[in-house]
Amino acid sequence: MADLAARNESPEILFWVGCAGAFDDRYKRVTRAFVRILEHVGTKYAVLGLEESCTGDPAKRAGNEFLFQMQAMTNITTLNGYGIKKIVTACPHCFNTIKNEYPALGGDYEVIHHSTYLQQLINEGKVGVTGGESFKGRRITFHDSCYLGRANNIYEAPRDVLAALDADLVEMKRSRANGLCCGAGGAQMWKEPEPGKKDINIERTEEALATLSGAAEALANLGGVETETSAPGPHDLQGSIIAVSCPFCMTMMSDGVKNKEQESRVQVFDLAELVASAEGINA
Amino acid sequence: MLQSILFLLLLVAAFGFFAWQVRKIRANILVGRDRDMSGHAAERFQKTLLVAFGQQKMFKRLTPALLHLVVYVGFLVINIEVLEIVVDGLFGTHRFLSFLGPVYSLLMATNEVLGALVIIAVAAFWWRRNRKPPVKRFTGVELRAWPRLDANIILYVEVILMVALFTMNTSDLKLHQLRGETLPGAFPISSLLTGLLPANAGALHLLERFGWWAHITGILLFLNYLPSSKHFHIILAFPNVWYSRLVPQGQFSNVESITHEVKAMMDPSFVVPPAPTAPDGSALAPTPFGAKDVEDLPWTNLLNAYSCTECGRCTSVCPANLTGKLLSPRKIIMDTRDRMEEKYNSPVIFRPNVYGAEAKHEPITDLANATLLRGKVTPEELWACTTCNACVESCPVNINPLESIIEMRRFLVLEESAAPNSLNVMFSNIENNGAPWAFSPSDRFNWADDLFAAEKPAKAAVA
Repeated sequence: MADLAARNESPEILFWVGCAGAFDDRYKRVTRAFVRILEHVGTKYAVLGLEESCTGDPAKRAGNEFLFQMQAMTNITTLNGYGIKKIVTACPHCFNTIKNEYPALGGDYEVIHHSTYLQQLINEGKVGVTGGESFKGRRITFHDSCYLGRANNIYEAPRDVLAALDADLVEMKRSRANGLCCGAGGAQMWKEPEPGKKDINIERTEEALATLSGAAEALANLGGVETETSAPGPHDLQGSIIAVSCPFCMTMMSDGVKNKEQESRVQVFDLAELVASAEGINA
Repeated sequence: MLQSILFLLLLVAAFGFFAWQVRKIRANILVGRDRDMSGHAAERFQKTLLVAFGQQKMFKRLTPALLHLVVYVGFLVINIEVLEIVVDGLFGTHRFLSFLGPVYSLLMATNEVLGALVIIAVAAFWWRRNRKPPVKRFTGVELRAWPRLDANIILYVEVILMVALFTMNTSDLKLHQLRGETLPGAFPISSLLTGLLPANAGALHLLERFGWWAHITGILLFLNYLPSSKHFHIILAFPNVWYSRLVPQGQFSNVESITHEVKAMMDPSFVVPPAPTAPDGSALAPTPFGAKDVEDLPWTNLLNAYSCTECGRCTSVCPANLTGKLLSPRKIIMDTRDRMEEKYNSPVIFRPNVYGAEAKHEPITDLANATLLRGKVTPEELWACTTCNACVESCPVNINPLESIIEMRRFLVLEESAAPNSLNVMFSNIENNGAPWAFSPSDRFNWADDLFAAEKPAKAAVA
């Protein structure tokens, strides 16, 4: 961004990478996939690079309002300094915080989650989702991120993106407004869970696997801790996908799939990766 | 005449006593922190119409929604007959609304059908709660002893009220038949029951009076039971929905006093507004960050606590609770109400929840100085929350347990520095590295290195 500003240019969008997008090895691949899409469609974009800092979301949800506001005001100063108007981010936590909580502190921007942005690109025909990997016939289930769905009422954009892939979409019993959290929000990502009977991401992964294998209906007590995915469904899990649109969900669902020893058959992908693959431009 | 005077006295006493109880509850709610909820009348009106009157969110679960709808519509419609009973009682008339003719017949017939359906619905409710095992959300540490008894009392009273209504109608109908007269109105259920009553005019008259008095005194007693009961939701659900948060669920409240401090830190020229003072100009005790006790919560959260009917939909969708952690959003709300009544005004029947060993409370040694936080809600419950908003989404009357959880987390972190250690590590990472993980800030742009290095080296400079 500094380079663009030095040349007196301004970008169409600022891509807010987020800490996970910048540092987490798995989510860096999502960042790169999204950047390739931006390059592919010729969007004039910029990133803050070293000038970006944590939005403060985990601090605020953990109750550290002081630290949150320090982060927020620092970021707002940077963003306002560059005259940023429109921000796109692949992290629902950054999205929610900048969109909803920065305005009270002097940061007013048009903030778009990448699922909505990808949906727009597909609708405008800029991305054809053809020419690359075909998803025809592959089973995909979408795990709603709380901070995209319930927090901001975005349920359809990620589904529209997936629908464009021509895959075999299956919905989990708990989806959209009834979706089950991956277990990482509210700063849970950085601590061990409280003692209980099961970890939340395991519960959610079991539900996803049961849905993908078609065993969900056969499972009697889906929704409680008694759920087990031992009952095989009619579908082979091989090649099926759990689609996510949040770095936290990515980590939690990937860990869950590993825990269930299904990583050779079931993969967890972000929407941006799926679109880039279908377009044949993935890194 | 004597009956009219007796009835007037009863009416005045019942409503007076009810008003006295409501004042106490109002005072309890107003100990909460100020929060400006004015404006947006059109939006609030629409929400109240849909969610409170229209029961929109109830229909996320079909079976209880239909059962609840029967009782709710029954309550609304049968109240028209109650109005008639009140007028008859005051002026010594008998079925004064009967001048409405066919409309009256329709009204009475509707009442009778609804009354029968209410009995069926209430029986189903009772079965859902008392069968072995009950519907899962009617279990839990917070739903034993008084809350469990309270729920059953409500169901028993509702059946008694309906039985009194049918006793009144059936005996009135049979009395008229016996005398060869026609009772105005249509009574599809009572006409089936006349065979059960004796063919004795004196006895029938007594029965009719007994049914009449039982129904109306039952209602007046029940009215005064409400402030002590979860059933108070039949009144407060409406203002509670009216005062719902209208912002996106993911938007957490801003703490303005902290904004002033942060601004002052970042900009030395910023003038911190003076702290509010008491009406006489003296300094007020500083308010803590976050909430330790009920008076630290916004008043809307206290209104929430009195609007809760303990249905447990919140807890049944809470990911932490589902996986066996201590957190139960319903318990947080019920604890808030118990704490208000323990510390401030209590209604006629006050039976605070007593948790068994299974609640795994930290032992409370100093009962006199116990507060909502630690006294009732433990940090372990609070730290289990993923802030996923499932509880907020699920509540049929727009109660927000998440706000209270965050307020108490704020107190733990900002006033007591009592966050779990791993969260303190996360805080210092953000402070020092600008990221919640321990990465060097200088590595923040590394993701771009191998992206452009191979094929588009020039592009790296764009960003």
